[in-house]
Amino acid sequence: MEVVYKKPESLKEEITTYCPGCGHGIIHRLIAEVIDEFNIREKTIGIAPVGCAVLAYNFFNFDVTEAAHGRAPAVATAIKRLLPDRIVFTYQGDGDLAAIGTAEIIHAAARGENITVIFVNNAVYGMTKGQMAPTTLPGMKTTTTVQGRDTNYHGYPLKVCEILSQIDGTSYIERTSIDSIQGIIKTKSAIKKAFQYQIENKGFSLIEILSPCPVNWKMEPIGAMKWIKEVMSKYFVPGVYKDKGGK
Amino acid sequence: MDPTYRWQLDKEKMKKFLLTGCEAAAEAAIHAGCKFYAGYPITPQNRFPEYMSKRLPEEGGIFIQAESEISAINMVFGASVCGFRALTSSSSPGISLKQEGISYLAGCELPAVIINMNRGGPGLGDVTPSQSDYFQATRGGGHGDYRTIVYAPWTVQELYDLTYISFDIADKYRNPVLILADGILAQIMESVEFKKKKNKLPLKKWALTGCEGRQPNSIKSLFLTPGVLEKHNWKLYKKYKKIEEKEVRFEKYFCDDAENIVVSFGTCARISYESIKILREKGERFGLFRPVTLWPYPYKELEKIIEKAKRIFVIEMNLGQMLDDVKIANRKNLPIYFYGRPGGGVPTPEEIITFLTSHLQGGKRR
Repeated sequence: MEVVYKKPESLKEEITTYCPGCGHGIIHRLIAEVIDEFNIREKTIGIAPVGCAVLAYNFFNFDVTEAAHGRAPAVATAIKRLLPDRIVFTYQGDGDLAAIGTAEIIHAAARGENITVIFVNNAVYGMTKGQMAPTTLPGMKTTTTVQGRDTNYHGYPLKVCEILSQIDGTSYIERTSIDSIQGIIKTKSAIKKAFQYQIENKGFSLIEILSPCPVNWKMEPIGAMKWIKEVMSKYFVPGVYKDKGGK
Repeated sequence: MDPTYRWQLDKEKMKKFLLTGCEAAAEAAIHAGCKFYAGYPITPQNRFPEYMSKRLPEEGGIFIQAESEISAINMVFGASVCGFRALTSSSSPGISLKQEGISYLAGCELPAVIINMNRGGPGLGDVTPSQSDYFQATRGGGHGDYRTIVYAPWTVQELYDLTYISFDIADKYRNPVLILADGILAQIMESVEFKKKKNKLPLKKWALTGCEGRQPNSIKSLFLTPGVLEKHNWKLYKKYKKIEEKEVRFEKYFCDDAENIVVSFGTCARISYESIKILREKGERFGLFRPVTLWPYPYKELEKIIEKAKRIFVIEMNLGQMLDDVKIANRKNLPIYFYGRPGGGVPTPEEIITFLTSHLQGGKRR
C-alpha cells in the first residue's frame, strides 16, 4: 500500500506541551516535512528560543540547542560559520526576536549570515501568559495592556519583514499565515524556499508566520484563525518582502 | 608579513617574542587550538580584536566583530555548542554584559575562555588598570548557583601560559574559564616564549554537529520537571568540588621564615614583590603569597603559610575584595592589614613599603 501521510522522521514521538489550538505544532511539522524532503535531518542544527518553543529539542528529531532569550541569531552565526556545510536555523517568537533580541536579528541579517530564521508572530508573550509583545496590535488587549494597546502610551508594533527587507544583507523575506489550508500550504513552500536558499548559499532568509495563540487571545481555536485572517493580517500583511534570488 | 604586527614570526631564529598582553593571550589561544573569537571594541583591550581579526583567519579560524558584548558571548556559546574551542575578551563594563552568557555556558556545561582586562569601575569608570572585578569573577557574576575557574596572571608570559592551559581546563571540566588580568597586562610589552601548537584536541561526543550516525544531541540549561534542576545543580556542585581539589594554583616567595605574609594577586602582586625584595634587603622578614587561581582559592595553602606568621597584609587594586577570602583562610585569627587603591589607582613600591612598615608594631586592623 502506498503511504500518503505519516509522521515526518524529523519529528520525535512526543506528547505536545503546546496549548490547544496553538500554531507551533503546525509550524514544527512543516519544518520537519521540509527537512525530510531535503534529506538534511542528519546535518541540521536548530536553535530554540526562550518562549513557548523553548522545548523544541523535545519535538525535533535532530540536533537542537537552547539559546539565551533573543540570542539565537548570534548562536546560529557561530555554528554556521564554523560548520558551513550544516543547515542551521533559528526558531524564534516575537518577544525573543523583535524585543529582547532585536540587535541580534538585525545584525545577523546585516552580516548576511547564511542561515534560515523561522519567526513565529502571535502578537503576545505566550509562555508568560499573554503580556504585550512588540507585535501586539494597536488596541489589542493583553495582560499588560488591559485597556488595549494605546499607541500614544505603549508605542507601535514592529513590522519585522518590512524592517529586515531594507537591510542589504538579507536575501529572502516573506510573511505568511497559517490561518487556513491555503495559508499552511503557502507557509510550507516559503519555509522550503528559505532552506533551499541556505543550501544554495544564497544568504539570510526569514519567514514570519502569523500564528494563533487562542489561550492568551481568549478565543476559540477557530475564532483565533478567523481573527488572524480578518484583523492581524490586515496589519501584518502577508507577502514576499524581498527575494534576491527571484525574478 | 604585515607591518602592523609588532613582531616577526621567525621560528627558526627566535625563541622569544616581544608582545603586548593582548597579543600574547591571542597567540596562546591560537596555539591552544582556539578556532573562534568574537569581540567588541573596549579600551584597554582593543588590540585583542584587532590582532585576532588578522591572525585567526590566517590559522583557519573565524573572527567576528559582534554588535555587542552580549552577542559576542553568545557567538562563543554557539561555537562551543558545535565543539570548537572559543574565546572572547573584553574589559569590565563589557564583561558585565557577558554575564548572562557566562551563566548559560555554566548551566549548559559548555567550555569557553573569557578574558577580562579589568579597568576601573563602577559604571563606565575609567580605562586605567584595576582589580575591582574580583567579586564578579569569583562569586559568579551572573545568575544561578555556579562557578567559573579564574586565573590571575602577573606577567605577559604567565598570561600566555594560563590562556594556553585554560582551553584544556575548560574542556576537561566542561566549564567556562575566566582570566582576570588588567589594563596594564593588556598593554605592557614583554618577551614571551611560545609553547607547541596543539593539533590533537579532545573529541566532544556531546557537541552538536548534525546527528549523522547517532541519536540527536541537545544542549540546554532548562529543566522544568520537578527535582531535575536540583539534581543538575548537585552534579555541577560535585564538579566544582573536584575543581577545588585539583586545580588550585598559587606561588609563594620568601615565605619560609616570614613573619609578615603579604597576600596579593596579578599586577598588584608584582608591585608588592618589588617592595618585599627591598624590605628583605633591609632584613625585614616579609613574604609574598600570590594566588594564581582566584577560584578555586588556595585557602588551605594560605592557612599553612600563615602558621608561623605574625601578621597578614592584603594589597589590592580595589577596596578589599580578595580580603574576604583571606579572612576565610585566616582561621588563626592573625591581624590583617589592608591597603587598596580603587578606581584605577596603581600603587608604587614605595607606597607599599610605607604601608607595610607602618604596621610592623601593630596599628589599625581591618
